[in-house]
Amino acid sequence: MALRDTRVTLAHGGGGKAMRDLIEEVFTAVFAPPGMEDQARLTAEALAEPGARLAFTTDSYVVTPVEFPGGDIGKIAVCGTVNDLAVGGAKPLWLSAAFIIEEGTEIALLHRIAATMAREAEAAGVRIVTGDTKVVGRGACDGVFVTTAGVGVIAAGREMAAGLVRPGDVAIVNGVLGDHGATILAARGDLALSSTIESDCAALGHLMADAMQAAPDMRAARDLTRGGLASALNEIAQAAGCGIVIDETALPLRAEVVGMCEILGLDPLYLANEGRVVTFVPEAQAEATLAAMRARPEGAGACIVGRAVAEHTGQVRMRTAFGGSRIVDMLVGEQLPRIC
Amino acid sequence: MKFASEFRDPKLAKALLAEIAKLADQIGASKEKPVHIMEICGGHTHSIFRYGLDKLIHEGVEFIHGPGCPVCVLPRARVDECIEIAQKEGVIFCTFGDAMRVPGSKLSLLQAKAEGADVRMVYSPLDALEIARRNPAREVVFFGLGFETTTPSTALAIQAAAREGLTNFSVFCNHITVPEPIKALLDDPHMCLDGFIGPGHVSMVIGIHPYDFIAQYYGKPIVVAGFEPTDLLQSVLMVLRQIAEGAARVENQYARVVPEHGNKVSIAAIEDVYEKRPSFEWRGLGEIDASGLRIRTSYRAFDAEEKFAIGYAGVRAVVEEAEGCACGAVMTGRMKPPACPQFGKGCTPEMPLGALMVSSEGACAAYWQYGGARAAE
Amino acid sequence: MCLGIPGQIVEITDPARMAAMAEVSGVRREVNVACVAEGPLEGLIGQWALIHVGFAMSLIDEEEAAKTLDALRDLGEAQEALEQMAAGDAALEGRA
Repeated sequence: MALRDTRVTLAHGGGGKAMRDLIEEVFTAVFAPPGMEDQARLTAEALAEPGARLAFTTDSYVVTPVEFPGGDIGKIAVCGTVNDLAVGGAKPLWLSAAFIIEEGTEIALLHRIAATMAREAEAAGVRIVTGDTKVVGRGACDGVFVTTAGVGVIAAGREMAAGLVRPGDVAIVNGVLGDHGATILAARGDLALSSTIESDCAALGHLMADAMQAAPDMRAARDLTRGGLASALNEIAQAAGCGIVIDETALPLRAEVVGMCEILGLDPLYLANEGRVVTFVPEAQAEATLAAMRARPEGAGACIVGRAVAEHTGQVRMRTAFGGSRIVDMLVGEQLPRIC
Repeated sequence: MKFASEFRDPKLAKALLAEIAKLADQIGASKEKPVHIMEICGGHTHSIFRYGLDKLIHEGVEFIHGPGCPVCVLPRARVDECIEIAQKEGVIFCTFGDAMRVPGSKLSLLQAKAEGADVRMVYSPLDALEIARRNPAREVVFFGLGFETTTPSTALAIQAAAREGLTNFSVFCNHITVPEPIKALLDDPHMCLDGFIGPGHVSMVIGIHPYDFIAQYYGKPIVVAGFEPTDLLQSVLMVLRQIAEGAARVENQYARVVPEHGNKVSIAAIEDVYEKRPSFEWRGLGEIDASGLRIRTSYRAFDAEEKFAIGYAGVRAVVEEAEGCACGAVMTGRMKPPACPQFGKGCTPEMPLGALMVSSEGACAAYWQYGGARAAE
Repeated sequence: MCLGIPGQIVEITDPARMAAMAEVSGVRREVNVACVAEGPLEGLIGQWALIHVGFAMSLIDEEEAAKTLDALRDLGEAQEALEQMAAGDAALEGRA
């Protein structure tokens, strides 16, 4: 063990031995990238297939607190980028990981984050092949920020896009909504709420692969991150030029999440998720999709929540449990807890 | 959820809607000549739209959305004053989330925070008190906002601060009361209201008798209501029954939560800490006599207005409302939100001109959010 | 105005500060019970209260809640009976 400090100092970002020790002991020891050059060199047999396409995506991750029930920033950073690839119909293959670390961060925390990332990557069938670290002064960032980029391959003939959704298509989600958003609200502590809810954070590459096999004509999928189901559906309705109707009684919601929303005056349709996806499939392939999803733990709660319709183009409407109907609009800004 | 989901039963609602329709026909209410019922409270406005009650109910019943949203009735001058406090060196300004996006004449609290003010969202005034305990070197100011429901919470927080001898905690008091603006509305010669849905949670504090004047002096029925959909529908039915009988009484539909005489501890705490201001400015309604509360001199050490010589304790700036903003007319029921020339054009939830578009309880935001907006197009 | 929701008092956390734990659908938050404390605080455990901005503002009267619901159910049943009668009449007319 060359790394003797318990906390990150500016020396760990200085380009010298301290930095090399940090990178080797904390990150490359668990990520085991192929080679130590400044770039990853990869052979992609899958790409050689005629008609196959490369999918490439990137995302930055910031979350307070960095560790929360059901996961940490590392898990989100791996799962989030894997999911961005998966919902486009790609098989996720490789990730990069870059860390911006605040001076004073505990090295033990970095070890835990790196371990989570290695574990999640392995489970998701992807490799973390390249990366970077930077250390910034106290206050210049909040603990740790992580950026991952991901590369995957889309098989020949697979075409998925929000614009392909057609009236009559069925909307399926893979489980209860809003657990991640509710977990983070409680974990921040400033609202002094406690619950047993855990983040839904999960990599959905395998789930999507199984679902796509069950639904060869799957039109589109979106991971439900910030803005929740409501925002994803609005995007799809607008891109597809059709309307979407969801059924309030069909929405899968945990009692605790509903309770938290009632306390804070929030709408669970807008709460963030990190392991949830909505897919649109032709009605004839809906049952097979549901069965394929339910066969996996991350899809055990899969259900139909609504469908695309020819009416009210570009708009999402909800049939309320009450027999009424209301528009489910895009979120403006951030949902704020309210008393009124 | 116990005591909530039972009151959302669609079957019970259906029966209520049928009964309302029958009675509405009986008293000759029609789309052309509707019965006007004002729900005073913004929480009721929100429920009406959330459950689509305005569309489900007989067309002879028209809801007029009242002034019961404390954020919406706050004039721009008051928002400016709170931002002035928030921007002072060393101040931690604590607020409910509701007030974050309300536009002042230059900034909202959210924008002031981006510019460097230490603005924190809290769930309870007790959380602000805790922040004050933990930051003895900072001045912690709580944005006291709300009607009688919320007033006891800040009164109790001030009492606790006084007991503990905290010197760095104060409240910027904007508490207002329900009966006075209702009286002002009823005195308006253009008033065309036939009955009221009374605010359930205000009433659990003050009881149902402060509304006696509405029935006795103005001859209008009022039914104090809960916030679930069947609560609201049942209350409408009770108002219609009074109209059919030609009666005007104060009734209590929400007896599971509202005691006839309110809550003794809450009333005592309000009395101890607060007193009536001679008058208070409401957005859209102007100055209304005795409609606002201020902190008594015995607790003046906890009065942010005194501490910072701002607002009614300082020199008040004359701040005009935004040009073309018709919040006032909407709030008094003279104009429906989509009839405002700025609605959806100069005034949207992204770029609100008036407070009614900001607060989720504001009639304009409710119309927009739940589709009344586009339905009207 | 005034978002309030029913929560159950499950524990007294600090009698000196009148603090208790309230639970709403499995979510817990400490609340102040000064407004609803008439007898010994332990008596509040198990009771339902209307929670607003961290305060238990009013105890929920279970009997009154049941009365309101009963009245609604009676109305519902009367309505159903009427509908059945109407359906019966329509069927008879159809036959004639």
